[in-house]
Amino acid sequence: MIDFEYTAPTQLDDAISQLSEAGDRARILAGGTDIIVQLREGLQSADLVVDVKKIPELTQFEFTAGQDLQLGASVPCWQVYENSEISAAYTALTDAVHIIGGWQIQSRASVGGNLCNASPAADSIPALIALDAVAHIAGPAGRRTVPASEFCTAPGRNVLEKGELLVSLTLPAPGPHSGSAYQRFIPRNEMDIAVVGAGSYVRLDSDGQKIEQARIALSAVAATPVFAEEASNWLAGQPISEDVFAEAGELAKKVASPIDDMRGPAEYRTHLVGVLTRRTLATACERART
Amino acid sequence: MSTEFMTEHSTEYKVIGTRPVRHDGSDKVTGKAVYTDDLHLPNMAFGAFVRSPHAHAKIVSIDTSQAEDMPGVLATCTSADLPDPWDKVDDLGEGCVNYAHLSGNVLARGKALYKGHAVAAVVATDSHLAEEAASRIRVEYEPLPATTWVLDAMKEDAPLLHDDLITHTLDDAPAKPSNIESHIRFEKGNIEEGFAAADVIVEREFKTATVHQGYIEPHVSVASWNEDGRLKIWTATQGSFVVRQQMAALLKMPISQITIVPCEIGGGFGGKISVYEQPVAAVLSRKCGRPVKIIMRRDEVFEATGPTPGSFMRVKIGATKEGKLTAGEAWLAFDAGAFPGGVIGPGCMCVFSCYDLPNAAVDGFDVVLNKPKTQAYRAPGSTHVAFAAESVIDELAVQLDIDPIEFRLKNAAVEGTRRVDGPVYPRVGLVECLEAVKNSEHWKSTLSGPNRGRGVACGFWFNAGLKSSVTASVNPDGTVTLVEGSTDIGGTRTSIAMQLAETLGISAEDVIPQVADTDSVGFTDVTGGSRTTFATGLAAHEAALDIQRQMMERAAQIWECDTGDVEVREGVYRGNDESLTFSELALKADSVGEAIIGRGAVDPQVSTNAFAVHLVDVEVDPETGKVTILRYTASQDAGTAIHPSYVEGQIQGGSVQGIGWALNEEYFYDDDGHVRNASFLDYRMPTCYDVPMIETIIVEVPNPDHPYGVRGVGEVSIVPPPPAIASAIQRATGIRLTDLPMSPPKLWRAINNGE
Amino acid sequence: MKTHVSTTINGEAVEFLCQPRQSLLEILRDELSLTGCKEGCNNGNCGACTVILNGLPVDSCLVLAVEVEGANIETVEGVAQQRQLHPVQQCFLEGAALQCGICTPGFIMTSKALLEKHPAPDEEEIRFSLAGNLCRCTGYDKIVHAVQAAAESAPAPK
Repeated sequence: MIDFEYTAPTQLDDAISQLSEAGDRARILAGGTDIIVQLREGLQSADLVVDVKKIPELTQFEFTAGQDLQLGASVPCWQVYENSEISAAYTALTDAVHIIGGWQIQSRASVGGNLCNASPAADSIPALIALDAVAHIAGPAGRRTVPASEFCTAPGRNVLEKGELLVSLTLPAPGPHSGSAYQRFIPRNEMDIAVVGAGSYVRLDSDGQKIEQARIALSAVAATPVFAEEASNWLAGQPISEDVFAEAGELAKKVASPIDDMRGPAEYRTHLVGVLTRRTLATACERART
Repeated sequence: MSTEFMTEHSTEYKVIGTRPVRHDGSDKVTGKAVYTDDLHLPNMAFGAFVRSPHAHAKIVSIDTSQAEDMPGVLATCTSADLPDPWDKVDDLGEGCVNYAHLSGNVLARGKALYKGHAVAAVVATDSHLAEEAASRIRVEYEPLPATTWVLDAMKEDAPLLHDDLITHTLDDAPAKPSNIESHIRFEKGNIEEGFAAADVIVEREFKTATVHQGYIEPHVSVASWNEDGRLKIWTATQGSFVVRQQMAALLKMPISQITIVPCEIGGGFGGKISVYEQPVAAVLSRKCGRPVKIIMRRDEVFEATGPTPGSFMRVKIGATKEGKLTAGEAWLAFDAGAFPGGVIGPGCMCVFSCYDLPNAAVDGFDVVLNKPKTQAYRAPGSTHVAFAAESVIDELAVQLDIDPIEFRLKNAAVEGTRRVDGPVYPRVGLVECLEAVKNSEHWKSTLSGPNRGRGVACGFWFNAGLKSSVTASVNPDGTVTLVEGSTDIGGTRTSIAMQLAETLGISAEDVIPQVADTDSVGFTDVTGGSRTTFATGLAAHEAALDIQRQMMERAAQIWECDTGDVEVREGVYRGNDESLTFSELALKADSVGEAIIGRGAVDPQVSTNAFAVHLVDVEVDPETGKVTILRYTASQDAGTAIHPSYVEGQIQGGSVQGIGWALNEEYFYDDDGHVRNASFLDYRMPTCYDVPMIETIIVEVPNPDHPYGVRGVGEVSIVPPPPAIASAIQRATGIRLTDLPMSPPKLWRAINNGE
Repeated sequence: MKTHVSTTINGEAVEFLCQPRQSLLEILRDELSLTGCKEGCNNGNCGACTVILNGLPVDSCLVLAVEVEGANIETVEGVAQQRQLHPVQQCFLEGAALQCGICTPGFIMTSKALLEKHPAPDEEEIRFSLAGNLCRCTGYDKIVHAVQAAAESAPAPK
């Protein structure tokens, strides 16, 4: 790997100015589980690597007064799944971060980093989209927010402009009678990249009989993780049944335009969208009822 | 859980059959064991390769000047720095090598024959610098059409890899070159009559993907070619002497000028016999005057070192309605990779090796194509053909409605059975393995639930003898230092030491085994072919007998009696009304004469014939095509299990490799002939979360050709898993898959088309 | 240009100089001669380079050495204390849970971390937690048994 300079600013403003100065030649390091490999393999190059793990705003998480979760961008996976409050409220995210790589990866990899890496097959992004997360971005021009569903723009690309970095994510309080789930299909049982991933969130009526709101998101079926809007909207008002889940799965397939590659043929991936949508909806509803 | 299933031997051994802690174990659990990459020699420099980005291309020019101009870059090399190769063939123990081909594989000559083929190399003062310098070596290529599927490569109009390759065949030599290196044919009886006598005939076609041995340690060497002309290489190899042999031939230097130091080795499975980086490190060392280390990246290991072949196979077997096999026919095409000499030979010999088949014919083809040169992988060739033959056998059992174990028992190879390639088996243990599985709690248990199925399959591997040497010195404290030439990949220091200990009547802990370099011990063939515990153990037994003879002489000298009056039993020497234990005598012997040194050098020219029978329960998710292994039992004839824990370990390890081969492992080639999954992430070897406990049944039918009955246990366990799993999937879904791997998309598609 | 890093490794204060591009694995092995952690893939897929960083198992090939300023690192060399093997090491040894041994240090580190977190894991937890460590020799059976035995043999040190 070509050598670079390394900084680890402790203030957000310093990070922004360092990133701005280096422009296209800067890369952000959080858990490093993607960027270090990419630099090593020559898929990315950098003159400056900015380690953001010493900036308090990025490493903390807290529940706001409204019970929303404010999750620092470099909070590693293990802190998410080991925190009982987070894992109780945002089960789709917990499902996802528990299966990103092995334990060694989860010790370092962050949810924010997984989002910024913008892999079409990222595990946490469908969960974030299903949970309606919002990304908080800071940069030389100030702060802005972008919904998780709009954060990725192409494989490996995101909305961050020169000098900007992802500071945190807000995950809205899931609300009563709600549940969520993330599942992916992989040929092995761990240590694999999703052939297809699906995250589902549901909010039920107070009797737990009908779906009031749903959000379904998919990975590895398009250039970026995608929000299955039509399927999600259709679910509002539907009763809870296998047939409904299956129909939602069929509708979710409409946003899938997968490729054929070594991880799976396109036709198979499209089929799996139906299977995983159905399965995650069933799990999410089950969780919503308990 | 492990069961031992004893048959004939009831000998009371003191050491054999026990489970001592291995001699090198403490070093390996504390990180002290020295593997090649752990060496850091003074003034050491680091090498890196330049590799072809094309699957097939003419090399028009190589410009190393930019790299050489970089500060810190010490030298570069290309195939021009290797001596002109000789067209000479040598046997390396697990297959032969042609040195012209080997030299061309080490550094491409004129053409790059596969993506990742080494074209040049560079050495620099640090490894990052070497990588940067490698990227500045400019190679101009003229891409050529490539082929990566064996049947395509056999076509008349296929792109030719070697202009001078004329098929070796029993028929007249063809006039034109092709990609077919050889056509092998074996025949036995009369297959027309055999098939005419059959009530049921099943014929199927099978395909298997290229798979890699997948050792965790990458290929790595340190070479130091000194001013006095001597070359020393520390390397990760299964056979230090065959590395010496290859280096001498490739570099055209006397073997006496070369020392190979085998460091601890992080897995091999057949893939660390051929040289790759060793000659390049040596040449770079000579050019820069420093020790040079080269470690391959993982993608280089996948793209440029020995996978085992992809194959196409057609197998036809007939049986009577009573379940007696009448005839078998096989047509096998294995890819050899870019250079001839794949594993088709053993494939042809193994295809019907488990059965007493009166009439059989086998045709085999060794085919070159644009993939890395294939190498041995644990029972090389046998897993492919077992997938085909055992699947057909299972289908016959289903059609005849005969229990699959009973069907195999009716036809199992036994003492006296003649294999299609000629040899007649001595006492072998296939029937015992089948009986062991039949009597297992697993087989007797009921498998219930939807989408579940149970499969069984047999496997065979020859197991080799070959040359082994040891020396053993008696220490005054009653211990014995054992020096051996067999590199220890999986605990063989201990299994060899235990045999020496048994013969001498001392404990395993009183033997201090060490693996020596090529200057310090006699010629020893590779740790491969399941031969090490068998053949090097035999050498250790000989050395022990040599020591015992000298100890008896020394006792006679001390007791002033005839040597003939000295007796030894279980390590106690008696004579002239006196007795001394081994350690007492060792101390006395030391004070009255020269050192006692035993030698053992053997070259048994035998196969020890290992058989295995595996049983597996699976569950299929019909919606995704994913297969879960619910339960797994493996029985194997070990002859005699010297160290049962490590016998179980070999069985379990081979089984899981076979499970990986069956379900997910494959080289995924794109249309340009590039491997798209050259990483552990996408190659998908099983993790511990993918498999259950592997229950083992050690069957012991002692090998008549070994004093302790050892057969060797390393390889055969990889053979049965693919067909056993295929049959289990068939029971679960009604679908028989004939392509490896039986990956989720394939099974899903098959289930879907079936509906 | 090289950066100066101060860190604690196996309880001892250690300082080193490194280039930013150098991984923790490289520095441990090549600069500090702690060669117990192994390079198997150099991209986080095999776990042979596992060390414990601030109490958590990590792939040291995916950590830049410059990042460990002020960190606490445990490597396999520090696991045995006062010439006494750790229960995990003892059980690997006695249970024949290694063959070639190249993956063993990584497994020892992850297993130790697991038992410190969950002193009595079930088979599922063990297999899930060790999935980031590849072994090609053993088929994992004896590794899982060794971790189970270690869990039973001793109360995990706090």
